[in-house]
Amino acid sequence: MDFSGLIDNFGPLTVTGLAQGAIIALFALGYTLVYGVLRLINFAHSEVFLLGTYACLFAWGLFGLDQNSAAPAVGPMLLYMVVGLVAAIIVSGAAALTVEFVAYRPLRRRNAPPLAFLITAIGASLFISEVVGVATHRNQTGVPPIIQARPVFTIGDTTVTNLQILIVLLALVMMFALDRFINGSRLGRGVRAVAQNPDSAALMGVNKSRVIALVFLLGGLMAGIAAVMYDLKIGVTRYDAGFLLGIDAFTAAVLGGIGNLRGALLGGLLLGVLQNYAAGLFGSQWLHAASFVLLVVILLFRPTGLLGESLGRARA
Amino acid sequence: MLLEIDNVTLAYGRIQALHGISMTVGEGEVVALIGANGAGKSTTMRAISGLRPVAQGTIKFDGEDITKLRADLRVIRGVSQSPEGRGIFPGMTVRENLEMGAYTRRNRSEIDEDLQRAFTLFPRLKEREKQAGGTLSGGEQQMLAVGRALMSRPKLLLLDEPSMGLAPMLIQQIFDIIVEINQQGTTVLLVEQNAQQALSRAHRAYVLETGRIVKEGTGADLLNDPAVKDAYLGVA
Repeated sequence: MDFSGLIDNFGPLTVTGLAQGAIIALFALGYTLVYGVLRLINFAHSEVFLLGTYACLFAWGLFGLDQNSAAPAVGPMLLYMVVGLVAAIIVSGAAALTVEFVAYRPLRRRNAPPLAFLITAIGASLFISEVVGVATHRNQTGVPPIIQARPVFTIGDTTVTNLQILIVLLALVMMFALDRFINGSRLGRGVRAVAQNPDSAALMGVNKSRVIALVFLLGGLMAGIAAVMYDLKIGVTRYDAGFLLGIDAFTAAVLGGIGNLRGALLGGLLLGVLQNYAAGLFGSQWLHAASFVLLVVILLFRPTGLLGESLGRARA
Repeated sequence: MLLEIDNVTLAYGRIQALHGISMTVGEGEVVALIGANGAGKSTTMRAISGLRPVAQGTIKFDGEDITKLRADLRVIRGVSQSPEGRGIFPGMTVRENLEMGAYTRRNRSEIDEDLQRAFTLFPRLKEREKQAGGTLSGGEQQMLAVGRALMSRPKLLLLDEPSMGLAPMLIQQIFDIIVEINQQGTTVLLVEQNAQQALSRAHRAYVLETGRIVKEGTGADLLNDPAVKDAYLGVA
């Protein structure tokens, strides 16, 4: 164990962890939204994210950008950011809806048992990831330097970059918007109603199928934003990027209390930070092992996660 | 007739729950459906509100065949149910629960009017307005379920065991409120274990036994029917 590695780098590890955690949190929302309404772990959500990481690359490619391009000036940079985000959001949102319509809805019509959903979830996930793998010859693809990470300010020996600030801010803004939507709007109330009591929701006139499509879509949108942030932060993507980060995101969702939106944010940030502490302490090869030790320990004391289960019950 | 049920059968898996029941509810009536546990009362209600698909037969509402219509669309047509077990949204406040009842409506000022009406009918709900539905007592949840069902301004109000779990004084009160709701123009179909109250307040009633309707008549007739007295009223 390398305590000095943790103590000396405490600041940088925390900042890196928060940025990583913010991406994980946005990703985790998709698991938690769908679980809250359907009690279903949508394993294909990791590929919804994966397609987002490629969608923005494709959009940037249309402008002739690749990993060897020079960093753009501020004006074009803003344009590229908007285009990249819109492309990822559209593709991830559409992918999430497609998974629901193709893999889950037909099963629901036939009253299939939960195990059938689990298998199709894994099947859909593998299918998409393999298609991307074949299409890219399992090579990684570099990301054009849309935003060059530059230090913005330094506290002690901790440098905070513009990219880290952007990632955390964007995650917080999206979380806040989603929270307002679920708790404040009429449609959001319909989502909470289905999550809390599907039969009663139908008796109130809530169209359950529409609510289900909506939560898939919302999860897809959040995953799309997370995908762009991931591209910019990591600099490359690959056909298995969704799988690896998806495990973290799923862990974060369970950690915070699956079905609970604010739990996903808390779980994501916490996981990101603690993973980086563990990496400082034991070396970065232990990063993922550490997150599962953490998960097990927390579930021992709080079996429903830090903030507890249920989409609708999470109230301010 | 506002509601016409014709020869409806319904099964849970292999277990036949309704063996071809037919009944009607006219506009402005209070109709009671009484019977023992497991006779199929709640199943009939679920068939009418659309929570359970029927195997055979037709359900007509306001002249329209709604047999195959989704539950949420029946609400828009004017069918509203306070379900067995109350079906409160535990994580929503009392007010949010009531507003869920008005989910299909858009006119804010009318919704506010109806909120006030619900609070006038059930002052207890006003006191608990900001409390989570899951923290209410059984009786309060019952009031909330009835109040919520009214929030859609239904033509037909389906009440499944509204007196269940209530103290005797509250039972009187809830039946008074049902009569009041009816006098304000809402048709009511009522499922009850409390046959005495239900028959004395209803215009007409049906007796359900193991998925079949075995008797029908005015509330007063059935109250005086020896077989009904014997089986459901607990008096010799």
